Amino acid sequence: MLQVLYIFIPMLAAIFVPLLYKSIKNIHTGWFVLAVPATLAIIYASYIGKVADGKVFLQELPWIPSLDISIVSYLDGLSLLFSLLITGIGSLVVLYSIFYLDKHKEKLHNFYVYLLLFMTAMLGVVQSDHLISLYFFWELTSISSFLLIGYWYSRDASRFGALKSMMITVGGGLMMLGGFILLYIMGGTYSIRELIVMAPNLVQHPLFTWSLVLILLGAFTKSAQFPFYIWLPDAMEAPTPVSAYLHSATMVKAGIYLVARFTPIFAVSELWVWLVTGVGILTLFWGSFFAVKQTDLKGILAFSTVSQLGLIMSLLGASALAFHGNGATDTIKYAAFAAIFHLINHATFKGSLFMIAGIVDHETGTRDIRKLGGLMSIMPLSFTVAAIGSLSMAGLPPFNGFLSKEMFLTAMLALQNFEFFGFDTWGALFPIIAWIASIFTFVYSFYFVFRTFTGKYKPEKLPHKPHEAPIGMLISPMILAALVVTIFFIPNLVGDTFVKPAVQAIQPFLYDSPKDIDIHVAAWHGEITPELVMTFGIVLLGVLLFVALPKWQGIYQKFPRALTLNNAYDKIMLGLDVGLNRVSRLYMTGSMRHYLLYMFSSIAAIVIGSLFVKNAFTVSFQDTSPIRPYEIILVVVLVIGTAITILAKSRLTAIIGLGAVGYTVALFFVIFNAPDLALTQLVIETISVALFLLAFYHLPKLGKREERMRFQLNRAIVSIAVGVMVTLLALSAHSQKLIPTISKYYEETVYSKAGGGNIVNVILVDYRGFDTLFEITVLGIAGMAILAMIKLRMNRKEKSHENK
Amino acid sequence: MKTNDVIIQFTTKIVFFIIFFFSIHIFLAGHYTPGGGFVGGLLTSSAIVLLVLAFDLNTVRKVLPINYTYLTAIGLLLALATAAFPMFLGKPFFTHFFDYFDLPLLGKQSLHTAMLFDSGVYLVVVGVTMTIIQTIGEDE
Repeated sequence: MLQVLYIFIPMLAAIFVPLLYKSIKNIHTGWFVLAVPATLAIIYASYIGKVADGKVFLQELPWIPSLDISIVSYLDGLSLLFSLLITGIGSLVVLYSIFYLDKHKEKLHNFYVYLLLFMTAMLGVVQSDHLISLYFFWELTSISSFLLIGYWYSRDASRFGALKSMMITVGGGLMMLGGFILLYIMGGTYSIRELIVMAPNLVQHPLFTWSLVLILLGAFTKSAQFPFYIWLPDAMEAPTPVSAYLHSATMVKAGIYLVARFTPIFAVSELWVWLVTGVGILTLFWGSFFAVKQTDLKGILAFSTVSQLGLIMSLLGASALAFHGNGATDTIKYAAFAAIFHLINHATFKGSLFMIAGIVDHETGTRDIRKLGGLMSIMPLSFTVAAIGSLSMAGLPPFNGFLSKEMFLTAMLALQNFEFFGFDTWGALFPIIAWIASIFTFVYSFYFVFRTFTGKYKPEKLPHKPHEAPIGMLISPMILAALVVTIFFIPNLVGDTFVKPAVQAIQPFLYDSPKDIDIHVAAWHGEITPELVMTFGIVLLGVLLFVALPKWQGIYQKFPRALTLNNAYDKIMLGLDVGLNRVSRLYMTGSMRHYLLYMFSSIAAIVIGSLFVKNAFTVSFQDTSPIRPYEIILVVVLVIGTAITILAKSRLTAIIGLGAVGYTVALFFVIFNAPDLALTQLVIETISVALFLLAFYHLPKLGKREERMRFQLNRAIVSIAVGVMVTLLALSAHSQKLIPTISKYYEETVYSKAGGGNIVNVILVDYRGFDTLFEITVLGIAGMAILAMIKLRMNRKEKSHENK
Repeated sequence: MKTNDVIIQFTTKIVFFIIFFFSIHIFLAGHYTPGGGFVGGLLTSSAIVLLVLAFDLNTVRKVLPINYTYLTAIGLLLALATAAFPMFLGKPFFTHFFDYFDLPLLGKQSLHTAMLFDSGVYLVVVGVTMTIIQTIGEDE
């Protein structure tokens, strides 16, 4: 049970955070919180050795057994790697936040509760083997991320960013849920492992493509792929520790995780390969191109994250090719390795860069790159860390970004050798786009670090007098930067312990154990490879472009605002708001007559329609009684009374017409042998006519013009249709009686069992007294309501006094 | 000018009792012949309405000092109690009992718990109609 419970440890710890915050004021709450991810990181680290040997760990906690829903913790190479990233970077981020957030000014209990909640959600996402619990944790990440982005909730931009990320990620999450359900329908199981085993059979299923697209939508929205990346730059309104943790290292990689996890299921599909690779490479280019435009430090990093996520995504798409034909023997197998390797590298350098951006913000009071500059001598440690991170991001030796970028280029170059799916023609585009994107990556990396730390020092533009950050704040970025350098020198150690078990999880059909993966990372292959040539080109062109940046940066201003995706998002949201409002105002007119028209016309349409569609309309006159002269006379009177009511000019005439109709009905009851009904109808008719007259007498004098009801064609049509409907219904109901009436029983038992002679009354008080009980209750309520309405009119009277 | 309603007031004094006794008759005979609590109640209230028309609301209230909302409540309670009573004897809700008795003066008659329920109906009908008429009549 322990392995599943590890997931929930942060959530359980979150319960105590507010208590600690309120009771222990002089110690920063973060110190207590730090213990949680640190402990978990140590626990997960103890799994490393066994997982690297190819073992997997599985534990199930039944949740709703009757629906086959449980929380399954499944630890293999992929989920262990993510768990370590979450807890490891989580610890560093908590440590950083202790120095970043002031314990007196900030609501720390909120912050750490949200953060711990997020940690549980994220661990749940990466360890869940069960589709439904995966979705559960997935939405929990969306919600906790929403809370964290909106942490400074009094700022408009925070709330806007939080709402935007919520709308997009939850929208995608819902799509994903649809995809999951389709997978369950196809495979009959919620377990991802079992679905992977039956993957070859799923391809033939007609729902396969739907499920693929829906799940990809979920992954793309979460991982900020084109065109859903727009929430990520706005999410930068969150506190910097949150941006470093959620929006670079963990949450945005949930989509990556999802794609990697489902690759064995969907990789057989050509659509999957093209969508994942294509969207990934497009996002890579788009993000790197627009990162240069940003003036906010965190904005640059946000676009850079988008771009790097696109890179990993495209590599995962390429790794799917290994499932096809000769792919396994080709260099294409580098793709999965490169994806995971770069994922680790990105988490290290991007985490440190975000923290540096936070430090700069914290120490100078601004993140605007136009106001910054020349901070190198003031903040030397921060500069060192920033330079390491940026150069790694740019893909330069001796940093880990170089290694993964080389492997990325290798994989992209290998794409054109692939013979299926049109890659032998279109595949050549991939290395070109990748190369151009890499040049822009180089440019924004340099832009980020050199615009901030070198150049002219502008103290007059800075809100605070800058100085080096406290050492506690620098510990986390320094640890990450140290990792950046270390990984460059020991890539194969990282590869064997972390990357290969994860690659085996992505490509389980190719390898039996992580030891079978024969990939060796080397910084220098001993010869001039095409990748190396491309890197030289990147450096050369990148430096040129960076130097000439002021000359060409103007082109970003040429890009019309109306064509941006943010504009599209705003327009869609506004359009939905206004459009739906307009639609509902179109038919919700507030006029009772319109609603009655809708109701009556739909009733008539439905009943007449189904009468004819179901062929239920039959007329037979076999059971009818002979018509006597009384009835003819009464019907004539009834029709005249009705006509008077409708056509009368004066309301008084209409009331009297209505009374005539009522008394005629009473006479009908008389000739059809219903004396009780006749009696009641007579008295009730009298009372209601009296009440009508009362209402008539009290009509306001103003605007009381006696005029005939205006003729309106649509109302006439609807009324006639309703009349026709009722007539047809009555005729066909009378013509086809399925079962005999039960009134024989009443006739036989009224005296012997109920001790009475008047069947009607005995039914009312004995056989069906229950109905009568509630009818008199209705009567009582009506009486009380009239009493209340008339007696309790205090408000209106008070108002009229006010008006005077 | 004060109108003198002597004829209508005099007639009412007689007609009221005729209608009232007729309503009681209809109410009591309901189980065997047309009638019952509902019509009986309506007729009783029409007798009272006749009084209201001939005299006025305040006079009628002095003659018949009845709170009609209480009357409604009593009627509902009576009906509910009659319906619920059999549950205490282990019978289903709304079981009625009846038997024939030799009563002094009246001879052999049946007594039926449905009559109690019908009295509830009667009281509710009188109460509600009179509440409505009285409130509307009093309203300015």
